[in-house]
Amino acid sequence: MKNGVGVAQNIVLFGGTSEIGHAILHKLVKPGVSHVVLVSRDIDAAENQIADIADRYPDLEIHHVRFNADDSASMVHVVAEVAQQVGDIDVAVIAQGVLQEGVDYYANPAALLPVADVNFTGTMVLMYTLAAQMRSQGYGKMVLLSSVAGERVRKGNPAYGATKAGIDSFALALDHELVGSGVSVLVVRPGFVTTKMTKGMDKAPFSTDADSVAIAVEKAISTSKTVIWVPGLLQYMFLILKNLPTAVWRKLPL
Amino acid sequence: MVMQRLSGWGRTAWTVADLVHTTDVDVVRSTISAAGERGVISRGLGRSYGAAAQNAGGIVLEMSAENDPMGIDADFDPLTGLLTVASSVSIDSILRMCVPQGWFIPVTPGTRFVTVGGAIASDIHGKNHHIDGSFGQHVRSLTLMLSSGEVIELSPEQNPAWFWATVGGMGLTGVILRATVAMLKIESSRVEVETVRLENFDAVSAAMGADGVDDDYRYSVAWVDLLATGTSMGRGVLTRGDHATASKVDNKDPLAYDPRLTVSAPGWVPNGLLNKWSIKAFNEAWYRKAPAKSHIGLESIPAFFHPLDGVNRWNRLYGKQGFIQYQFIVPLDRTDVLRKVIEKFSGAGVASFLAVLKRMGPQNNAPMSFPTEGWTLTLDMAAGISGLAELLSDVDSLVLDAGGRHYLAKDSHVSASAVRRGYPRIDEWMSTQEEMDPIGLWRSDLSRRLGLVDHRRSL
Repeated sequence: MKNGVGVAQNIVLFGGTSEIGHAILHKLVKPGVSHVVLVSRDIDAAENQIADIADRYPDLEIHHVRFNADDSASMVHVVAEVAQQVGDIDVAVIAQGVLQEGVDYYANPAALLPVADVNFTGTMVLMYTLAAQMRSQGYGKMVLLSSVAGERVRKGNPAYGATKAGIDSFALALDHELVGSGVSVLVVRPGFVTTKMTKGMDKAPFSTDADSVAIAVEKAISTSKTVIWVPGLLQYMFLILKNLPTAVWRKLPL
Repeated sequence: MVMQRLSGWGRTAWTVADLVHTTDVDVVRSTISAAGERGVISRGLGRSYGAAAQNAGGIVLEMSAENDPMGIDADFDPLTGLLTVASSVSIDSILRMCVPQGWFIPVTPGTRFVTVGGAIASDIHGKNHHIDGSFGQHVRSLTLMLSSGEVIELSPEQNPAWFWATVGGMGLTGVILRATVAMLKIESSRVEVETVRLENFDAVSAAMGADGVDDDYRYSVAWVDLLATGTSMGRGVLTRGDHATASKVDNKDPLAYDPRLTVSAPGWVPNGLLNKWSIKAFNEAWYRKAPAKSHIGLESIPAFFHPLDGVNRWNRLYGKQGFIQYQFIVPLDRTDVLRKVIEKFSGAGVASFLAVLKRMGPQNNAPMSFPTEGWTLTLDMAAGISGLAELLSDVDSLVLDAGGRHYLAKDSHVSASAVRRGYPRIDEWMSTQEEMDPIGLWRSDLSRRLGLVDHRRSL
């Protein structure tokens, strides 16, 4: 559970090397957290990113669980392994994702599969598995890193946008299904985030950084909010953008 | 099965559990025999502030007899003052029954809406701790249902280890079904109270010190203004007294007792209604209202013991965010720590209603009982204050480094290591607990956070 001042005891980061994921961990880890689990493909890289938290909180137990984010069926076992190590999963930050910028899908359409597996299929399996675990605990919070790219999917990287659109809708419906169970989902829709994943790409308007996303998550996680946008202004931008006629939308220099 | 969102009185950290409301022993037995691996905890009137009486994903046995159509399940002997009562009965009901007969509950907390079961499990204390000790010391015997379903009798003479593990055991040794309590003889329903305001913390602690006249009063407590700064830091209002004799009461029925709820807090309150400015104004008014020179007067039982019960559901005044009540104790010679704690809170701009300061008497035999010889300070604050986790953690360290501890019935944030440090007899208690509950049935959100029972024990 979380304690009376909103601090969760056990926090799990799926996508244990995600820059945004770590920024969120840095905000959520406070006095009162007892376990952090990093679920990642690359344990050493995940370990390095959390070194300063480990120094600051000597009592904090840090665990590692290996996973392949594109192996959707394995998520069931991954969650079981996490629960076996720490008991209750109070907060799960779901940060795995692939962008695959610049891949020529016309030449190599099979390269779409990992995008769907990591961003959509695997995350769905993961979230249902977590939902089952958290429901039995009577408490739990999933934080899903979605993206405004899923709001109105555009050319350029339709696979990324479409998978984010899919998982975003799925997460909202799952949250609806979990009403009254003590479990809820927070969907985070950042704009363009400057991280290693987006290095070298042209910044989109209203870009943000990992820290800003983390601050927004920290603020929203103790509330009953289901969706947050970072920066917040994007919510109103997309109210307009989503309703533009297709011809206008396609001409926008985004 | 009714899945229900539950929190403590502080309205923070809500979790969902299967809530079973019953006062029927057979229902209790069948419920616990059907429990799953998330276990069971019992709950009374939900007045503990934190997570003591909630059990996320498990079963919560709600055992309160309020509005019970069967009436109050109690057997009272007005000659001896021995009261044998169901654990689900509240102090409120007991007072209504016993005060007109000339008997008072030996220990009452700041609210009369607690059950006898909760009073034992939390080993509650009141304004008379320095004279009379805590609730458990007035319990002559109790009936407990173990996780096996077996019902046993415990007393300080008969199986003292299990009795004292249950006193202050936070409901983790079994379900308390009944208890026999030795009541306190009174001549009137009035309390003779001496009130004086004291201009700063030194004056307050000197007036309440063990070397002064504090031990001449059965009841003694000080309200301290944590928002006062500079030379007024820690100023307060000291109230001390005892039950008035019949001759002092100018009334044809000196034992008349009529507690009433005066007002209700509204169902919805904006966050931040209780802020630094509104509380400061309130504290100032409270301080000014008290006489500068010692004044003696008669007060009713509700006015003296249960002032907050005058406002029904006052816990809603903090709005949706809820609030934290922070209560700790430090040894008598560590008033320096009290001062540091007060400075830390006021320095961080934490607005707290009048804090309550009390000098406690010696510890009883219960390993997990909170009161021990020293100063206890209690204050509440809005849960949504930013940086509160870090601030409380700093204060926790001050308290623990001084050899102090935190009150589990109030707690909603401390760590497992804080309880290990504060309660040196915890290992002894845990091994008794395991003896009493080998299958590990009793669990609560509090026990999970604090590692009070071994949660790896599987049911």
